[in-house]
Amino acid sequence: MLKLESLTIAQGDFALSADFEVTAGQRMAVIGPSGAGKSTLLSVIAGFFAPVGGRVLWQGQDMTGTAPGKRPIAMLFQDANLFPHLSVTQNVGLGLRPDLRLSAEQKQAVTDALDRVGLDGFGARKPAALSGGQQSRVALARILVMNRPLLLLDEPFAALGPALKAEMLDLVAALLDETGATLMMVSHDPEDARRIAPHTVLVADGVAHAPQPTGPLLDNPPPSLRAYLG
Amino acid sequence: MAVGPVAIRRWPGIIAATVVVALILGTLLAVGLRAEAGAGLGPADFAAIRFTVWQAFLSATLSCLIAVPVARALSRRRFAGRGLLILLLGAPFILPVIVAVMGLITVFGRNGLLNGLLGALGLPEVSIYGLHGVVLAHVFFNLPLATRLILQGWAAIPAERFRLAAQLGFGSRDTFRVLELPMLGRVLPAAWAVIFAICLSSFAVALTLGGGPRATTVELAIYQAFRFDFDLGKAALLSIVQIAMAGSAALVALKLSRLDGFGGGLDRGIRRWDGHGRGLRLADSLFIALAATFLILPLGMVVLRGIGGMADLPASVWAAAVNSIWVALVSTVLMLCFALPMAVAASGKRTVVEAVGLLGIAASPLVIGTGLFIIVNPVADPFALALPVTALVNAVMALPFALRVMIPETRDVVQDYGRLSLSLNMNGWTWLRLVLLPRIRAPLGFAAGLAAALSMGDLGVIALFADPETATLPLQMYRLMGAYRMQSAAGAALLLLALSLGLFWLFDKGGRGRAEA
Repeated sequence: MLKLESLTIAQGDFALSADFEVTAGQRMAVIGPSGAGKSTLLSVIAGFFAPVGGRVLWQGQDMTGTAPGKRPIAMLFQDANLFPHLSVTQNVGLGLRPDLRLSAEQKQAVTDALDRVGLDGFGARKPAALSGGQQSRVALARILVMNRPLLLLDEPFAALGPALKAEMLDLVAALLDETGATLMMVSHDPEDARRIAPHTVLVADGVAHAPQPTGPLLDNPPPSLRAYLG
Repeated sequence: MAVGPVAIRRWPGIIAATVVVALILGTLLAVGLRAEAGAGLGPADFAAIRFTVWQAFLSATLSCLIAVPVARALSRRRFAGRGLLILLLGAPFILPVIVAVMGLITVFGRNGLLNGLLGALGLPEVSIYGLHGVVLAHVFFNLPLATRLILQGWAAIPAERFRLAAQLGFGSRDTFRVLELPMLGRVLPAAWAVIFAICLSSFAVALTLGGGPRATTVELAIYQAFRFDFDLGKAALLSIVQIAMAGSAALVALKLSRLDGFGGGLDRGIRRWDGHGRGLRLADSLFIALAATFLILPLGMVVLRGIGGMADLPASVWAAAVNSIWVALVSTVLMLCFALPMAVAASGKRTVVEAVGLLGIAASPLVIGTGLFIIVNPVADPFALALPVTALVNAVMALPFALRVMIPETRDVVQDYGRLSLSLNMNGWTWLRLVLLPRIRAPLGFAAGLAAALSMGDLGVIALFADPETATLPLQMYRLMGAYRMQSAAGAALLLLALSLGLFWLFDKGGRGRAEA
């Protein structure tokens, strides 16, 4: 269970507060106007950016000061989710051991994960030799082997076409069915939220609101969201 | 937005920077403490200061004056071999000074091509020694640099301007007045200042082509005070004069230029609509041909003469070559030990660490050498440490150039992959091995190549420290020339040229080897 306890975030003129709990296994979209702080909220949860006040707790444990790589979190960014100089297998293997000294079992786990995302036989390639959709699949294979209980997506599929993006979101949903992980997903597109996120965190006017059911929220949006959705 | 991934460990870089500062300023301090107040500077020392400034002034002015028509011709003409010629303009940077001097002597020296020609025409012969020899060598080294810097200025004029000029019916003279003159007004002072600063610290050229009361630079005077008179007080005073001169000139040069001069994108020819007249074409061809001949002929002569000399090189040359390879490799490793952590430490934002790297530009190898001698002397025999000291000083001298190429790429890696590395818990050695080193391979190889070639060809500190039994290849070559064993010296020159360029090529190639993505 993730708990954001009286969290306050500030950077220059920008300010954001959050105070809510998320139950384990919940799937949430994070939606709001540009510049409202959706990515910043994820950055704070992931540990890239320190809050000025409040705490981030996981299963009751304070992890506000924990290094990003030591948190129970797997995260995908908008871009640069793969190292271009490493092979597909190595990029996935990093999720198991950052120094890539993998045991035979771990190597097998990497192969299985690549199978699972439909990249059987692509292990030796470099990311540049893959299409955009295939690159996303490699990143998802790494998420799979990392097997962390909290998955943060900061619009990693934004550069893909609509059909491909839908395909990736379905794959994410299928992977979550297997791992039971909690999902927080920044999105600009309400359709993404409807597709895989039963709940939505609205970030607007300096507040990240507690998750609420996605359907009713989008059908009957508050003024701040209505202005954004148009 | 969210900045400051904490995976970057700054302390190794800060330690490296501290060592470099201690080396440069500590040795200066050691020298300063030895400078006796009473001793003062004699008339010969003031003559050396005057000569240093005057030859640097002449060298910079001539280099820039000749570079303008050459760069102009190169910028508006396209011909077979243009790319190669521009590449060649970068070569003097890694060319051993003593090899170039040897080449210049074969062309302009007493028994050289030029005097042969003059003799056949019944004209009096010219001498390469003294002021004009020193200036000639400096122009040889810096004309290419000036040409590249000015060529960058030309490349920076947007192509649309030339199109507009053609539309307005500008002739060559109008284009020059409206487009090119303002550009030169910006670029020339910077190029001049950089070359002036470089020539102020001239040692090897003055050692080989200058000398005597009328052609001694301050660096050479330090060497003579140290080596011949063993007058540490005098050497110390001169060191302070040198660092004050070179330091202030380097500061001015840095202010005027951004020194980003390895010349990316210079092979792009600008489409121009003026300069179609036959006279202009002829003039441009003439300038390009003359400049190319001036650069290529001496080196060609080194190769030609060297082939004959290679056959029976004395054993001392081979021994010196082995020493030199060791010094160059150790120096390269030392440079990387400084540069890598410093580049990482400087990658977050602009820091003091970056400025420390630039300190090396103002530092004088002979001053560092003198200081190290004074420090080491009470503890150990400095002459026994000639080779390690040479490797260390060479590493510090190559550092500014290495950082110049390594910092921007390191910064990119940290910015692009810092968060991903952190989220995967990659730290320290793991990050260095799996992320940084593979991603900055190309600039790393280039920097290592520069350091190795510079160290291979260096004739500076080693001349200060070496006893008659030890030598690096440049020093051994200098000794052979001094003994008028020109055949052997020519062979040694070719060997040195091949080793310098070979080491550079090897490292640079290693960096590009499996360059992917």
